[in-house]
Amino acid sequence: MNRKEFIKAALSTSVMLTTTEAKQVEAKGNYYPIVGFEHLPPKTKKTMNTVLHKANTRGHANHGWLDTNHTFSFAHYYDPTRVQFGALRVLNDDFVDGGMGFGTHPHDNMEIISIPLSGDLEHKDSMGNVAVIKQNDVQIMSAGTGIYHSEYNKNKDKKVNFLQIWVFPKVRNIEPRYDQINFRPEDRVNKLQQIVSPSKTDDGVWINQDAWFHLGNLKKGFATDYTVKQKGNGVYAFVIEGDVTIHDQKLNKRDGFGVWDVDKLSISADSDAEVLLMEVPMN
Amino acid sequence: MDLSVNILVIGRHPQILETVLRLINTQQAWKATGALTDNEAVEKFERDNFDLVLIGGGVEEESEKSFKNEFEKINPQIKVIRHYGGGSGLLFNEIQEALTRISVDQWKGAVKI
Repeated sequence: MNRKEFIKAALSTSVMLTTTEAKQVEAKGNYYPIVGFEHLPPKTKKTMNTVLHKANTRGHANHGWLDTNHTFSFAHYYDPTRVQFGALRVLNDDFVDGGMGFGTHPHDNMEIISIPLSGDLEHKDSMGNVAVIKQNDVQIMSAGTGIYHSEYNKNKDKKVNFLQIWVFPKVRNIEPRYDQINFRPEDRVNKLQQIVSPSKTDDGVWINQDAWFHLGNLKKGFATDYTVKQKGNGVYAFVIEGDVTIHDQKLNKRDGFGVWDVDKLSISADSDAEVLLMEVPMN
Repeated sequence: MDLSVNILVIGRHPQILETVLRLINTQQAWKATGALTDNEAVEKFERDNFDLVLIGGGVEEESEKSFKNEFEKINPQIKVIRHYGGGSGLLFNEIQEALTRISVDQWKGAVKI
C-alpha cells in the first residue's frame, strides 16, 4: 500500500458519517460536494435558503458524566453536511452530572458563548476569572491568542444543562477577554431580548464578530418578526422549549433551523416556547 | 515504511501547542510535530515530509502567508489550514476535512493520469 492509498484507506474507515446521503456518497468513492454553507438543502422545501436540523438528528455522545448533543460536527462526531452555519460553528446542548465537568483545557481564536438552561456552572480561567454562571446568565469568552479554563457543575446533587456556542472570530489573535451578564427573564416575555452583540455599547455581552443573539420567551399565540441587522447575515434559530413556527417552518423542542438571504423572519409560538435566535455572517 | 499522516502544527502559545500535539498523537495514524517560531517551522518543513500544516493561535497573518508561499514551493500539494478553538473540539474535524480534500485531490490526480 503506498502513501496515497493509505491516506484514502484511513479516511474511509475513520470518518464518522451519520447521514444516509453522505454514506451513499462515500460508497461511490466520490467527493462530498459543499452545498451552500457546508450543508445540504432540505428536501421538503423548494427554496434554497433554509436548513432544518431536527433535534433527533443531532450528533450524540454520552460520556457518563457528560451527555451531549451536537447540532454541528464536534469532537469525534463528524458529518460533512453539518459542519457550520456561516460563522456559527458549534452548538452543543450539554448535560453535566453533579460535581463533574471539563478540566482545565485550552482555547484560542474562538468566541465562546455559554448559556445555562438549568443548574449552575463554575468557571475558572487563566486570566484569573472565577465565576459561577446560572440560569438567566450569559457568558462570553473571546479566546483570541489563547487561554485555559475549566468548567464544573457547581452542584453535587443535580445536573447542569447549558448551551455551548462557538462562533468564528471576526479578527484572529485578539487579546483574550471574559465577561458575563445576568438578564431579567421578564424582559423577554413576548419580546426578543438581545443577549449578544458586536458592540460594547449595545445590549448584551459583546463579541468579536458581527453577530447578534436574542432570547424570546413566547406565549402561545404570540407572533412577531425578527429583522436582520446586517445585510448578508443568516439567522439560526434553536428551540429551547415548546413549539414555534419560523419562516413557515414548524419547529419543536431542540430543533434547529437556519435561514439566509432574507431581511426579515416571521416567528409565532404554537405553544408556550423559548427560542434562541443567532444572527451570524454567512461568509 | 512510516505510513503515518505527518502534520506540522505551528503556534505561538507553548502550552496550547503542547496540548494540540498530544491530542493529535493519540491518533494512531497521525503524527504531529510542533513549531513555535517561523524559523523552526521552515526548518522542520524542509527536513521532513509533511502532509498537512495547521496554523494555530497567535501566528501573524504575514507569517501565515509566508508559510503558504514557502511550503508550496517545496510541496505544491501541501494543505495549510487554520486551527480554531485550541483543543479537541474542532481539531479532529479540521484534520479529517483537510485529509478528505487531500485524498480527493490525489484521487483526481490519479484519474487524470
